[in-house]
Amino acid sequence: MENKDNSLAARLFGSSVNYMRRFLFRILSVGPIPRHMAFILDGNRRFAKKLKREEGSGHRAGFLSLMSMLKYCYELGVKYVTIYAFSIDNFKRRPEEVQYVMDLMLEKIEGLLKEESIVNQYGIKVLFIGNLKLLNEPVRLAAEKAMKATSNNSNNVLLICVAYTSTDEITHAVEVSCQEKWKEIHELTASRADEELSEEKEEVSSIIKLTDIERHMYMAVAPDPDILVRTSGETRLSNFLLWQSSNCILYSPKALWPEIGLRHLVWAVLNFQRVYPYLEKRRKQL
Amino acid sequence: MMRVMDSGGQMQKPNSCGDIGLRLLWNILHWVLNIFFMIVSLAQMLQSFLISNSSYQTLNIHKLKYLGVAIDSEEAKQTQKVARLLEWLTSIGVKNVCLYDTEGILTKSKDTITECQDVRNSLSHQNVEVEFTSFHDGKEAVTKAANFLFKKYYLHSNQEKSTLAELHMGEALEATGCGGPEPDLLLIYAPTRIHLGFPAWRIRYTEIVHMGSLNSMKFGLLIKAIHKFTMVRQNYGNNSY
Repeated sequence: MENKDNSLAARLFGSSVNYMRRFLFRILSVGPIPRHMAFILDGNRRFAKKLKREEGSGHRAGFLSLMSMLKYCYELGVKYVTIYAFSIDNFKRRPEEVQYVMDLMLEKIEGLLKEESIVNQYGIKVLFIGNLKLLNEPVRLAAEKAMKATSNNSNNVLLICVAYTSTDEITHAVEVSCQEKWKEIHELTASRADEELSEEKEEVSSIIKLTDIERHMYMAVAPDPDILVRTSGETRLSNFLLWQSSNCILYSPKALWPEIGLRHLVWAVLNFQRVYPYLEKRRKQL
Repeated sequence: MMRVMDSGGQMQKPNSCGDIGLRLLWNILHWVLNIFFMIVSLAQMLQSFLISNSSYQTLNIHKLKYLGVAIDSEEAKQTQKVARLLEWLTSIGVKNVCLYDTEGILTKSKDTITECQDVRNSLSHQNVEVEFTSFHDGKEAVTKAANFLFKKYYLHSNQEKSTLAELHMGEALEATGCGGPEPDLLLIYAPTRIHLGFPAWRIRYTEIVHMGSLNSMKFGLLIKAIHKFTMVRQNYGNNSY
């Protein structure tokens, strides 16, 4: 009897918390809501250390926080969410830790594809962004499977940056632009084989434009982020979205990633709304 | 009266009591936020006053090898203020500064700023290097580097096309005159904490600190930001990413 009362009380409490959160989001929605939010999930290891637990438990706690934050973001109306799950720099960590994170990612990617997961609840299209060739085969295959399985979803988008750095992204975009331009010139010379292509024409046709490079960036699939959140109070971007964040508010709450909560999201959005006219003015100028 | 926006950014007239109620609550939320920021601003003024009037001997300025300062372009038009900021930085002992703004206002006012009496004296006596950059040194520079690499490795090369690495990009940026050191610390003088488009290749691991608007710049807060940076560097060293 007591267990029934307790679980009823818990359910009522849960419902009222949900209701209050939705009401708060309705108030916030009076003002502009960011279209794209990005998160650097920093502090999982420090969290585990703080609780005197093994390192892996920090990453698992971080995953739970991620699920909550995604839920809040999509409920609020943020259409694009990007997370910095694994940097190319992180491959330099201890092999055991790298393997643990890879195994955890594999587990969680497979979890995402299940019926009852958040992906189906919110109609999320999942995209993996980065140099996927650097990942081990099981993770890469799981990532490709997840992208294919969710390709028809159109409500919201989750961009998971793995094996990613901005400098690698820029280099890749430049390389692909060069290859495309080279192919273009080859086709031009092949179709006009009887004419000599003058050096001047060659110079003009070989100019790579900024729009070519931007088209080939991994992150060209989403608009530029409006807010970039890095937890643990760190003020660096650590090679994340450097190209896309010219007009993006950088927010560094002191909380570790597993400690992040609704209050941080609300604070970030309120600050965004406060300076929205300034950001819009800059966006039109750029 | 605050504008009510829908998701398309269009102004909407409130069409029910509920909407009016929500709008009122939203306004109250933002008024409370504004009051909070006013209090924070007053506290910062007081803190700056106390810091300025105390002796800040242990600044360990040698830990700050290269300082970046990004200023909102509208605010950068106040060349007197920029000159004063530069003077403060040289008085603290900063040896290498990069001044940045999106539209290139600072690059255009370079002479006005550096020819300012006090600044000129400080720069020459202290051997300070000042660099001026703008948005064109960021994305446009990468485009120039891309064309440089295309000419070198594709157009004028008979060798098999190898994969471009970050090293090649770095070299190309240097070769096209758009390279430059990575600041250890980037101070932002703008209404909010955004890096204003500072060249991407140069802020990979840079600590980014918001100093508020240039209009309300304070010497004490500058000291505080640099001091905090040198303390963090002490704790984590240069290898953290």
